[in-house]
Amino acid sequence: MSDHDYRPKSKVGQWFNDRLPLLTLANHLTDYPTPKNLNYWWTFGGILTFCLITQIVTGLTLAMHYIAHADMAFESVEHIMRDVNYGWLIRYIHANGASMFFLAVYIHIFRSLFYGSYKSPREIIWILGIIIYLLMMAAAFMGYVLPWGQMSFWGATVITNLFSAIPLVGEGIVTWLWGGYSVDNPTLTRFFTLHYLIPFLILGLVVLHIWALHVPGNNNPVGIDIKKPSKDTVPFHPYIVIKDGFALLMFMIVFAFFVFYAPNILGHADNYIEANPMVTPAHIVPEWYLLPFYAILRSVPDKLLGVVAMLSAILILAVLPWLDTSKIRSAVFRPLYKQFYWILVADVLILGYVGAMPAEGLYLLIARVATAYYFLHFLVILPVLGFKEKTLPVPLSITEPVLGGSPNFAAARNKESKIE
Amino acid sequence: MSEKKTKRRDFLFTATTAVGAVGAAAVVWPMIDQMNPDASVKALASTEVDVSSLTPGNTLTVLWRGKPVFIRRRTQEEIEEARSVKMEDLIHPEKDEDRAKNPEWLVMLGVCTHLGCVPLNDKGDYNGWFCPCHGSHYDTSGRIRKGPAPWNMEVPKYEFVDANTIKIG
Repeated sequence: MSDHDYRPKSKVGQWFNDRLPLLTLANHLTDYPTPKNLNYWWTFGGILTFCLITQIVTGLTLAMHYIAHADMAFESVEHIMRDVNYGWLIRYIHANGASMFFLAVYIHIFRSLFYGSYKSPREIIWILGIIIYLLMMAAAFMGYVLPWGQMSFWGATVITNLFSAIPLVGEGIVTWLWGGYSVDNPTLTRFFTLHYLIPFLILGLVVLHIWALHVPGNNNPVGIDIKKPSKDTVPFHPYIVIKDGFALLMFMIVFAFFVFYAPNILGHADNYIEANPMVTPAHIVPEWYLLPFYAILRSVPDKLLGVVAMLSAILILAVLPWLDTSKIRSAVFRPLYKQFYWILVADVLILGYVGAMPAEGLYLLIARVATAYYFLHFLVILPVLGFKEKTLPVPLSITEPVLGGSPNFAAARNKESKIE
Repeated sequence: MSEKKTKRRDFLFTATTAVGAVGAAAVVWPMIDQMNPDASVKALASTEVDVSSLTPGNTLTVLWRGKPVFIRRRTQEEIEEARSVKMEDLIHPEKDEDRAKNPEWLVMLGVCTHLGCVPLNDKGDYNGWFCPCHGSHYDTSGRIRKGPAPWNMEVPKYEFVDANTIKIG
């Protein structure tokens, strides 16, 4: 299993590997020792890779038919839907693929929050992940603009106008982003270019994300450091490959349901009306995956502070490894954190719900309370909890509680030492 | 290595880095500036509008620089309502007299100063405009009265070319 010992069997393989050690890399990835207790929440890394590749492949094929021009973009999308062979399928996969991508990334992020995967020594993996998440949001936003429907146009207008909240230079920045005095053709062409570029940036960051992961190895549901390889690990292939593959199949069933049975349920009917700079749709909402942040933006009555709050809500995640002062990773052994975790999940879901509702009356009040709690969780609860919480005893290895067959870890420990 | 030689090397390092930085900036700037409005966009900077058909109490919406411009021929009541407001009651205090030189005609960008949506005519708590996106209310002078928008709707540069034609920009 050690990388250094690997030597290809064939002569040609050896010749090639001495010059470019790709086979050593492949061997490293195949044999990679992985904690044997990884549950299905750990399969979303593979699912996300699948989502990224799906978006790149469908995006490339759509770009062969799409025309990035304000006068032709809307029509070219309809052309894809009606005339291009399987155009409807490719576009529906791409459009719903964005939603599936975010669904998977949210599960991936919340898995990390539950099991403390962001903690030392995995801070860089976590920060790379947050950068990927930010790029995903940028790509999704710009992709949504490309069909040049009413929601595309007004979504682009509202989001780019967020920058006008910056004092002094804000208006100049917005004009620069637009390449004009409003969202128009220059905006569309640059958004198309950047939308095309970002997935490849994400791909590069994913490589770094996995590279950084392979230094300490996977975290695991128990959240303890393990020796690799050891009896606590299994080789990535075939064990994890099969598990990831099965989870991916389940995920693809959900994906296919949306593509074939409800392809427009996650979109907005207004986006089938061509962009009109004279009329704003009555109710502008972003795509579902951005709603919690939209709710935070609207809950602050001041324009600049609203934008600051929204950006902080995302960027606060980048410093999470230092805000969480607890040394114990997994919520399994943190009885109080486990409760606050689920309150946070509920809080984010509530924010998402009120983000889709009009910003008035009770909805606004709920949004404000939920926004306050969101920041309270990260800035007060997590730092304090690390000092106050009485955690449960953590097992010394993954095998230990299993062999012990009882939740009593002390007994399990004795039993295992007897076996050894 | 003698001290003198080290200093000479330091000087070369600093000088090279400085020249390199200036060169890099000189290359980066065109890359950034190409995104600013181009000559053809700037060339569309003014537009003339025939307002002869507009009767009091109605609004004409025209496109200027890709943005809607509201041209409102105001009724006597609307003018009085706009002019009787106390400055203390305004979020962004501006006299109606300064916003509409000719009181019958109100010309302004139909763009909400919050996040750029187009407000709706004859709506809201102040009989002026209401922005459906995030609920900003404007009065009959287009001034922000309630909601998240920070400023009044902007009055662009415009002039009456003749009695029936307004030139915007």
